Amino acid sequence: MRIELEKRAKASALFSILSPFIALALTILFGGVMFALLGKNPVTALYSFFVEPLSEVWSLHELAIKAAPLILIGVGLSVCFRSNNWNIGAEGQFIMGAIAGSALPVLFYDWQSPLLLPLMMLLGMIGGALFAAIPAFLKAHMNTNEILTSLMLVYVAQLFLDWLVRGPWRNPQGMNFPETRTFGADAVLPEMLASGRMHWGFAFAIVAAVLVWFMMRYTLKGFEITVLGQSERAGRFAGFSSRKMIWFSMLFSGALAGLAGISEVSGAMQQLRPVISPGYGFTAIIVAFLGRLNPLGIAAAGLVLALTYLGGEAAQLSIGVSDKVTRVFQGLLLFFVLSCDALIHYRVRLVWDRFAAVKTEEAH
Amino acid sequence: MGIVEAILFSVITAATPLVLAALGELVAERSGVLNLGVEGMMIMGAVCAFAATQLIGSPYAGILAGIAAGAVFSLLFGFLTLTLVANQVATGLALTLLGLGVSGMLGESFLGMQGIKLQPIAIPLLSKIPVVGPLLFRQDAIFYASVAILVGVHLFLFKSRAGLKLRAVGDSHSSAHALGVNVIRTRYLAVLFGGACAGLAGAQLSLVYTPQWVENMSAGRGWIALALVVFASWRPWRVVAGGYLFGAVSISQLHAQAFGIGIPSQFLTALPYIATIVVLILISHNRRMTLINTPASLGKPFVPDR
Amino acid sequence: MVPVLHAAKAGEIEEGKEGSVPVKGQTASGPLLAVRQLTKLFGSFAACNAIDLQIEPGEIHALLGENGAGKSTLVKMLFGVLAPTSGEIRWRGRNVRITSPSDARCLGIGMVFQHFSLFEALTVAENIALSMNGSVSLARVAEEAARLSQIYGLPLDPKAHVADLSVGERQRIEIVRALLQNPQLIILDEPTSVLTPQEADRLFETLLKLRSEGRSVLYISHRLEEVQRICDRATVLRHGKVTGACDPRAETPASLARMMVGSDVTVVTPEGTSTRGDVQLEARHLSVAARTPFAVSLKDICLRVRAGEVLAIAGVAGNGQSELFDALSGEYPVADDDAVQIRQRPVGTRNINARRLMGAGFVPEERHGHAAISGLSLSDNLVLARSQSDRQAFLGGGALKIIRHGAVKAATRRISEAMDVRKSGDDPPAGSLSGGNLQKFIVGRELDRQPAVLVVNQPTWGVDAGAASRIRQALVDLAKAGSAVLVISQDLDEIFEVATEIAVINEGRLSDPYPARELSREKIGLLMGGMSGKTESAGAAHAH
Repeated sequence: MRIELEKRAKASALFSILSPFIALALTILFGGVMFALLGKNPVTALYSFFVEPLSEVWSLHELAIKAAPLILIGVGLSVCFRSNNWNIGAEGQFIMGAIAGSALPVLFYDWQSPLLLPLMMLLGMIGGALFAAIPAFLKAHMNTNEILTSLMLVYVAQLFLDWLVRGPWRNPQGMNFPETRTFGADAVLPEMLASGRMHWGFAFAIVAAVLVWFMMRYTLKGFEITVLGQSERAGRFAGFSSRKMIWFSMLFSGALAGLAGISEVSGAMQQLRPVISPGYGFTAIIVAFLGRLNPLGIAAAGLVLALTYLGGEAAQLSIGVSDKVTRVFQGLLLFFVLSCDALIHYRVRLVWDRFAAVKTEEAH
Repeated sequence: MGIVEAILFSVITAATPLVLAALGELVAERSGVLNLGVEGMMIMGAVCAFAATQLIGSPYAGILAGIAAGAVFSLLFGFLTLTLVANQVATGLALTLLGLGVSGMLGESFLGMQGIKLQPIAIPLLSKIPVVGPLLFRQDAIFYASVAILVGVHLFLFKSRAGLKLRAVGDSHSSAHALGVNVIRTRYLAVLFGGACAGLAGAQLSLVYTPQWVENMSAGRGWIALALVVFASWRPWRVVAGGYLFGAVSISQLHAQAFGIGIPSQFLTALPYIATIVVLILISHNRRMTLINTPASLGKPFVPDR
Repeated sequence: MVPVLHAAKAGEIEEGKEGSVPVKGQTASGPLLAVRQLTKLFGSFAACNAIDLQIEPGEIHALLGENGAGKSTLVKMLFGVLAPTSGEIRWRGRNVRITSPSDARCLGIGMVFQHFSLFEALTVAENIALSMNGSVSLARVAEEAARLSQIYGLPLDPKAHVADLSVGERQRIEIVRALLQNPQLIILDEPTSVLTPQEADRLFETLLKLRSEGRSVLYISHRLEEVQRICDRATVLRHGKVTGACDPRAETPASLARMMVGSDVTVVTPEGTSTRGDVQLEARHLSVAARTPFAVSLKDICLRVRAGEVLAIAGVAGNGQSELFDALSGEYPVADDDAVQIRQRPVGTRNINARRLMGAGFVPEERHGHAAISGLSLSDNLVLARSQSDRQAFLGGGALKIIRHGAVKAATRRISEAMDVRKSGDDPPAGSLSGGNLQKFIVGRELDRQPAVLVVNQPTWGVDAGAASRIRQALVDLAKAGSAVLVISQDLDEIFEVATEIAVINEGRLSDPYPARELSREKIGLLMGGMSGKTESAGAAHAH
């Protein structure tokens, strides 16, 4: 038995919409099998993983808190991926944004001002963008593969943060714990609603998603991003510069990752610690693909992936499976998303006999 | 063993997983497939090797389990990119994310356990040679395997007809298809070999380098191996040179930390990653060289006419 | 491995069997290859529809047809690259199923591909070895190849890397590779489309020698002249069906063309205005270093195109045509501002949009991924070329630069009507159009602006005859209306149809221009081979 692909004349509009849902369904199905193999009742396990976290107001707030960085980073990455720039170091840019934005409340902890928070956000964006500028410069001017450089820099950022919170930025009154001072009241991103912890980071995420959607859908810049992603040569013919696009997309996504970083630290933690992200920068890659690189889709996908984080925690408590299950779910989901994308561009058929099949030509 | 020999020995031990994973990836890339999932296959190899060793009691069973784990994961990658024509970059990332997740879950019950170290095998006579003997001929089976794989890959690629076909597929898959070479099968086999090598490299980590299971213990080595392939401009012998260079960098930073030379340990730990970036810059800023050496169909999808 | 001839068994079968192509005046012997009712469906589209074809031993058989007529699909089935949907292939009277190229080679069928199936990174010997069975050592292969290339006058260096070889040399590798199999039938797919007339002559000698040894040749072409010159019989395809079988020498070019196209094709004649205007496009000592290892450097190129003129640049592929286009269009600006002038203003360092704003339009060679993006709609592909030159009409919203899709779609409709672009739906993706229709749109996209200067690279490459004649007529009309037109082409027929002046490019050097009426094909051929270009370039010219 073999699988054969037949190129569709046009991308299937139906499967463009359906494929993420098919992927989700397959992931849940596989998840059930996995729970069964672990000796758990798959129905109750899946229920506590995917449904319970949605049943209470406080956990919906937690969902938004976790979704905010995923959406912000994912939206930025969609611009990168659409323009064929593979920034996979968003985790590092997230950390550097958090560090840059935290510099004010950590170093000038006495300074309280309504200006403080906007300045922190701005510094966070600059920090993330500057860190993304390194792979951007190396790709645009030194012809160096951005995948490897941006990823290596994640380790560098993690180690740098580790050094800061154990060394120069450690809280002098903190009993030697590796963490900075707690931020002053003016340095804390406020809650959006009275009902819970959700902070304004979620609003940033939604605004970013809508703005980027508008840019991609209606403006020449969005067109430029699409064109350069499909063919550098055609982009050159249009007078677009792929080198400038490297800079634009990397700095843009770096800034959003940085904003996500400082929002998370300011809104949810109020201090720096050696580890400030459960892999948001990597999970956002999955978010971007599950959202089919469409900013509005990414907003929805961010909520789904945030749910896997909460579900992992909930399942650990209620049925006693490891929260490592979260990462497995996330990895499986990306796998199924990528597999199901084949349905958009190809008719997929199982072939039992080589000569019985109606065979088709790849249309270049 | 004197101190110098001990250091050199540890350099070899640190370099072996890099060399193994890079050689495997080199073969895959020579066939035109860019598998960014080396890190994922490696960590799967590490956890499965450790688990099998614990359960069966023999590190050799561990080695086989590591190879099998890497190979199975690579087939997953092959199915997506070769059969379903998914984007190779994204699928490679998916493989890494999945590998880190699954290994974390599988390895949870083995955390903190005392490992069983793969014992060296002294080769009669040769191991008696001063300096060289203890370094090269009193090594473990995985080191010997890495040498055999190096020689084998070189002979295969440049002396055999099958290797010629593999290089042809990597150069132009449509021409190879027109000549009757089975492009997809060739690529599946190349990806499978890459996975097996990455799995073996992972086994080395949890059986030789640090005989225990630690989450994320591959620590970016899969990515460094990918960089090594570029650095080596897709030539096996240069992979070894690069691998040992990196082994030396990571060992020297460990020793520097041990001696406490006043530089924060985090900066020293970051050294191999920064070295990777520097090496990539040095090798790739010559655009002309890169263009000549890169397999022409690397990363490009292939759907045959039927 | 000496080629052994299978002597044709005389007097076995006199006539073609029922259902096959009637054979005129064929001497006694069974057909080498007989194809019956061979059909290939792609989805519901019949690329080949019940094809009948019969090839006798020791004949050169032409397979004639336009682009898209089904010639390549047919030979791919004969060579085992594609599987037929239905029908049968008989080899020496025996029904065979050819499932792979190695099956074909075992039977004795060799193939020389149109777009060469060579590997740039490998050596000549390695390339040849790839089509042989694995037991023969590389050294043996090289030896054999050297011997065969001697016999057939096809000089080759087995150790050379293909990337360093000219197109003509590459074709020799393909032929030697096919000959090493000792084939009884050699299929050549459009072999002369990449050769100079002189190189083509040499190829014909090789083919005649093969025929004299009793081998058969299936010669695929759309060039009537050469088919009449060397082919014994011809089968003509149109829209996947056989429309005629004949002795090409007994036909006229016009009657063959009718069989190919199905109707008379209007012949375009160049008629620039008698009064030439000012110089509108000029290159002054334009030199550009090769950008990549596989590119050609441009050496001291001088050219001028006046309003009302069509200057055609002839040359064999890979002699600097695309590099010249890149420099003239500004896709890759050059260091010297004066080296390129548009409407007598220096633009060498300016980018492509600056040049468009000065009244120039450009049509690159490659349709997919350069002139257009297959996955984007036609209207998006209109924005691709005209986002800056027509920003007043196409962009709104000030600094936001919002694309006015309404205005763009209206312009798309206008262009499609003007150029008779046949498409499914109002605004389909570019990739869903046929080559000819997409090319009409791409050319129309520029003509719609009435450019003062138009630079076109390979205006009708891979385009059907109807579209080609329409595009050529449009180029001639544009010049007549007072624009300066530069056409880069490898197709001599096209050049003679549109050009008022002709220059030839060879290894990055451009010959002096000649008035089109004063230049013969032979002279162009010599210039293409670098034989008598500018005198100072004689030493550097690469003699084949």
